[in-house]
Amino acid sequence: MAYLMIFITAIFVNNIVLSQFLGICPFLGVSKKISTAAGMGFAVMFVMTLSTIVTFLIYYTFLQPYNLTFMITVTFILVIAALVQMVEIIIKKVSPALYQALGIFLPLITTNCAVLGIAILTIQKNYTLLAGVCYALASAMGFTLAIVIFAGIRERLAYTKIPVALQGTPIALITAGLLSMAFMGFAGISN
Amino acid sequence: MNKTSYENLTRGIIKENPTFVMLLGMCPTLGVTTSAFNGLGMGLATLFVLILSNSAISLIKNFIPPMVRIPSYIVVIAAFVTVIDLLMSAYLPGLHAALGIFIPLIVVNCIILGRAEAFASKNNLWQSILDGIGMGIGFTIGLTSLGIVREILGNGSVFNYPLVGEDATPMLLFIMPPGAFLALAGLIVLFNKLRRA
Repeated sequence: MAYLMIFITAIFVNNIVLSQFLGICPFLGVSKKISTAAGMGFAVMFVMTLSTIVTFLIYYTFLQPYNLTFMITVTFILVIAALVQMVEIIIKKVSPALYQALGIFLPLITTNCAVLGIAILTIQKNYTLLAGVCYALASAMGFTLAIVIFAGIRERLAYTKIPVALQGTPIALITAGLLSMAFMGFAGISN
Repeated sequence: MNKTSYENLTRGIIKENPTFVMLLGMCPTLGVTTSAFNGLGMGLATLFVLILSNSAISLIKNFIPPMVRIPSYIVVIAAFVTVIDLLMSAYLPGLHAALGIFIPLIVVNCIILGRAEAFASKNNLWQSILDGIGMGIGFTIGLTSLGIVREILGNGSVFNYPLVGEDATPMLLFIMPPGAFLALAGLIVLFNKLRRA
């Protein structure tokens, strides 16, 4: 039940993009087409879950026992950068088809603040490993949900006539704002 | 001050403003600007890291092998972020708590890595410092103005100084997440109008 609650909260109530503002860059940047948005979503799901497991283990095996917790930022970002690079190499070798689908998104993910953010939040929230994995996976699912819906809206927006002043970024931000408002409707669930 | 220095200093403020023109560092921009003070604090923290990382990278640029330059920059930036994180938690605990997760996340702010790669790795120390100051000020202006707009609309105050009487009901929406998107959209439209005029 507690794990189900983590999922519902992280996907709908505290959606990582629309209410916590993590991962805005890919959310605005790769959301012009549903297919690329979904690709990005799945790449984030994969990397975020994996990196949370690895950083969790590193934190509790090395950083905490040796009183190095102030090194958390430096360690985590390096681990994530190395991990993304490694995943890219492995996928390229093992499954060229998957690499075709996810490959171009992987380098972008290193600077996706959502991955580092969730890794640090898992530590700050004192989750166990299993709860942390659920939290990371659910947050990434929330990201995928938000970016796919947003891409769907933007595909339609491309055919509408938008006032000159709002073209480009402003209309994208307004759309995101409306989407965020819709997600606020879930706020009551968590209590 | 000669012409190049002047250009490097002012580029980040209007022409390539990180918030309104380049749209870099959107996560802290939207996430922390629930009040003018938080926006200013985040802007100054980023300014601090940007100046230090630009100067450090400009100094060590000739020793870093090109193959590993990005990871090296990230380590340099992460070190300075840790410094500001510890300093803020010691001297400004209130602001530190309000900014929360976004302080360690300065490390993945694209402005900082972007300036390291695009500017500091190619220019001398003095010009890199000027560039860092300009970009940092541009980012601070962006965050503070967004914070001011959201605080006025959502809380009826500026820098915690109340503007409206107690009877007035502020539009709470603007200090909640959707308000961040809407207020930034409005500010970008305004900035573009002013820039073209």
